[in-house]
Amino acid sequence: MINKFVSTLNEAMEDLENGATVLLAGFGPGTPEHLVQGLIASGVRDLTLVANAGGRDDGPIAELLATERVRKIICSFVRPASVAARLFTAGKLELEIVPQGTLAERIRAAGAGIQAFYTPTAADTLLAEGRETRVINGRNCLLEYPIHGDVALIDAWQADRWGNLTHKDSARNFNPIMAMAAKRTIVQTSHVVELGELPPAHIHTPGVFVQRVLHVPA
Amino acid sequence: MSDTAFKPLDRNGIAARIARDIPEGWFVNLGIGIPTGVSDFVPEGREVIFHAENGVIGIGPAPAPDQVNPHLVNAGVTPITLRTGGAYMHHADSFAIARGGHLDLCVLGAFEVAENGDIANWARSPNEPVKQVGGAMDLAVGAQRLWVAMEHNTKGNGESRIRRVCSYPLTAKGVVRRVYTDLAVLDVTPDGFVVLDMIPGLTFEALQARTEAPLRRMPG
Repeated sequence: MINKFVSTLNEAMEDLENGATVLLAGFGPGTPEHLVQGLIASGVRDLTLVANAGGRDDGPIAELLATERVRKIICSFVRPASVAARLFTAGKLELEIVPQGTLAERIRAAGAGIQAFYTPTAADTLLAEGRETRVINGRNCLLEYPIHGDVALIDAWQADRWGNLTHKDSARNFNPIMAMAAKRTIVQTSHVVELGELPPAHIHTPGVFVQRVLHVPA
Repeated sequence: MSDTAFKPLDRNGIAARIARDIPEGWFVNLGIGIPTGVSDFVPEGREVIFHAENGVIGIGPAPAPDQVNPHLVNAGVTPITLRTGGAYMHHADSFAIARGGHLDLCVLGAFEVAENGDIANWARSPNEPVKQVGGAMDLAVGAQRLWVAMEHNTKGNGESRIRRVCSYPLTAKGVVRRVYTDLAVLDVTPDGFVVLDMIPGLTFEALQARTEAPLRRMPG
């Protein structure tokens, strides 16, 4: 019988490796904060973190970065007043800034087996300097590569034992695409449901993309 | 020149002026800053559908303080509501709405706009240590039309934000169609900026005096 539920945070975070690329979902809501605590507690280091933004002065991303076990962050913006900005300025954090839509599409591409794509986004900007561009249908476009994760940390509203998920309202954000793009997708879910309880037409992330699920009651 | 003959629009005034020009049925994304206010000024009964790039289409009015849904925010991570008919989607689909040309309009704030439609809105210098790109580059190239809402001149020394050439790093090249400022509405045309509208009491000459790029009167 397939059962992707694990009963402890330690079990959820088992076998994380140093040097891993971690996809961290969330845009305000939809951030798996409990799993971030597990990542910090696991002690893994030399991480590459992929997230929408570089976090603030407090909160889950700030706490993770403050451990100085993240080598590089890939995100769409960093607030000037944040742990990320201070670490970057001090030379303790590498930073790759990616336009938010390109970030989402690079993650989706990884999950979908797309090896590269061209987009006009950022083609005529500083972010394109030294990179491959090409005029397609009269528009200057920038070559972009997928972002694969070793691990994805995902938030869900409901989950069943196959790992089928729903996400609440705008808490969906990066969760379905990051779940697709990682070798191991670890989920924290607010609610547990029986297999068959989720209407098949209403499953946002099918269990094929999910490896482990931890129940973290909201 | 006399500054007493006219009163520049405040930020809400700019937002209201933009709202006047958005017809029923358009799908619209509003950037952070002055543009966020535009939805408050769309007349009741005119169906304009607002998109938030974090996965919401069909934003409703702001929630009452005791009605906040912690799972529902806009791209500024501010609590919102969903109107009847609205929908949620994941981040890649939400940016497909923007990048795939499905938005009739995007309104962004900016530091500068150039007469060829270049927009600079994410950095004041190429050497800024930390970067704040967000979704602006995607929205700027993807929407069917891009309007900019900003103050005509800088607060400090009153420098013109309407430029021949942008001095700040570009967000996108040649994409701005129209600019709404506290003084005027300007169309970006192959011949440069054309003045569509000015606030009462402002003359063309006074507007030009405050604008680095050359302006043209509307033909006819």
